[in-house]
Amino acid sequence: MTQRLVVHEPTGFAPKVTGKRLAPRLQSLDGKVVYLVDCLFDNSEAFMVQLLDWFGEHLPAVNARIIKPRQSWVDDPQMRKQVESEGHAAILGVGL
Amino acid sequence: MGLALSLERAGVPTVAVHTDTFARLARATALASGMPTARQAFVPQPIVGRTAAQLRGYIEGVDPVAKRPFMQEVLAALTRPLDEKDAKGVSFERPAARLLPPDTEENLQQLFIERKWTDFLPVTLPTEERVARMVQGTSRKPDEVVGRLAPTAFREAWEFTVEKVAVNAVMAGCRPEYLPVVLALAASGQTARSSSTTSFAVLSLVNGPIRNEIGMDSGIGALGPYNHANATIGRAYNLLSQNLQGGSVPGDTFMGSLGNWMNYSACFPEAEERSPWQPFHVEKGFGRHESVASVFFGGRYMLAGFGPRETWREEFRRAFAGAEQHLAPLFVMDPICARGFVELGFDTREKLARWFSENGQMSAREYWDNQWVQTLLRPLAVAGVEPHATKYKANPEDKIRLFEPGEISIAVAGGETQGAWRMFGGRYVKSVSIDKWR
Repeated sequence: MTQRLVVHEPTGFAPKVTGKRLAPRLQSLDGKVVYLVDCLFDNSEAFMVQLLDWFGEHLPAVNARIIKPRQSWVDDPQMRKQVESEGHAAILGVGL
Repeated sequence: MGLALSLERAGVPTVAVHTDTFARLARATALASGMPTARQAFVPQPIVGRTAAQLRGYIEGVDPVAKRPFMQEVLAALTRPLDEKDAKGVSFERPAARLLPPDTEENLQQLFIERKWTDFLPVTLPTEERVARMVQGTSRKPDEVVGRLAPTAFREAWEFTVEKVAVNAVMAGCRPEYLPVVLALAASGQTARSSSTTSFAVLSLVNGPIRNEIGMDSGIGALGPYNHANATIGRAYNLLSQNLQGGSVPGDTFMGSLGNWMNYSACFPEAEERSPWQPFHVEKGFGRHESVASVFFGGRYMLAGFGPRETWREEFRRAFAGAEQHLAPLFVMDPICARGFVELGFDTREKLARWFSENGQMSAREYWDNQWVQTLLRPLAVAGVEPHATKYKANPEDKIRLFEPGEISIAVAGGETQGAWRMFGGRYVKSVSIDKWR
């Protein structure tokens, strides 16, 4: 009879995931401040400039503004605070 | 994703834009954050190198994941009312089993491959007996928490114990006496399996008495598959990194475009007894009789040469020209090579690192035309952080330094069969005590 082995599972311990709700959505973006957050990935600035131009041409009633954190992939509390206090919505890009 | 989730929690409706290559990763990150329906929109890969017109084409085109107009997705993401799932998110736990159901060796080997717990080379199955023997290699308790690891800064970090590290050490083929080194590497907090698109590896250097106690070899073939301890400790560091951080799975928890052979194993001891310089760990503030592991992030580029010969200055200037400007080097020099530099007056590593720093240059134009320099260093330069700000002000054809002396690491290893040197992309991360894990 073939021997059966008991072996350990090699993975670590995943943290518990707690559900979080999304922010309420806006009825319309007209007259609202929409921050275009440039994540600073190479060439993301050029993408955001094009997005800003698109809003200017297609939805001029939207107050779209480009904003940048101080560093890539590092939380910038000052920028985050500005988006939270002055912004009605945010579009982040491009990257993870 | 982290910023998007943070803004949502603060009441700001947010949509994160990614390239389609990252769709699985973005969704997995949102799920692990408890917001699986976090709004995301996608454009084609790549962004880098695309012109303004091409980027406008992405914006006016179709989201390649949703198959609907990109801007329609973006606008809907900010205005479409929430449903029940959006309002609650998802809560769940992922308990890790300690033991797997009994099975045959053949089936278990296959199971480990299917679950992506191996590096696709055969592993030693971590039976209860083998793991029990392995944990005898440390005085620490099996259930003691060693640390946490994540594939990258924006992913969730998973926790692990001494026993879990021992399981991976068994799989890699380690002997119990190697465990303190493996535990120290695990406790460093530096994953050897970064998920970065840039396919990084981590090189690890061992200093101090434990090198000889466990039979590591700093001689012939120190960087190759010629010593049991060198090979299996390096392999264990990689296996534990992938398994204890929640995976290193292509498209999910690993996005390296090319991959990296150094992700199999890249650990070596310093040839302290034959080095003309102080041991590496002593220069980092540890005592000569302490055992220490140092980790270097990179493993992307590798240049090599002999020396120092008559034209060594030109050779090393050329080597720096071939290095990647965002990733400081780790030099590994054979003792013959290191002694040659001492004969030239470089009686400390610091002096040699200073020469490398002063002479490792490239034009500002070339320096700033690099994806990672643009992404990581340009924002600092624009914010006025030195030395980046000064480099950013340089004229395009001005030569600028690639690295500061303190960023350039030099270690000594090799069998003295020739005066060889290697230059690896290897940014020094930290040095950690091995003795505390004995």
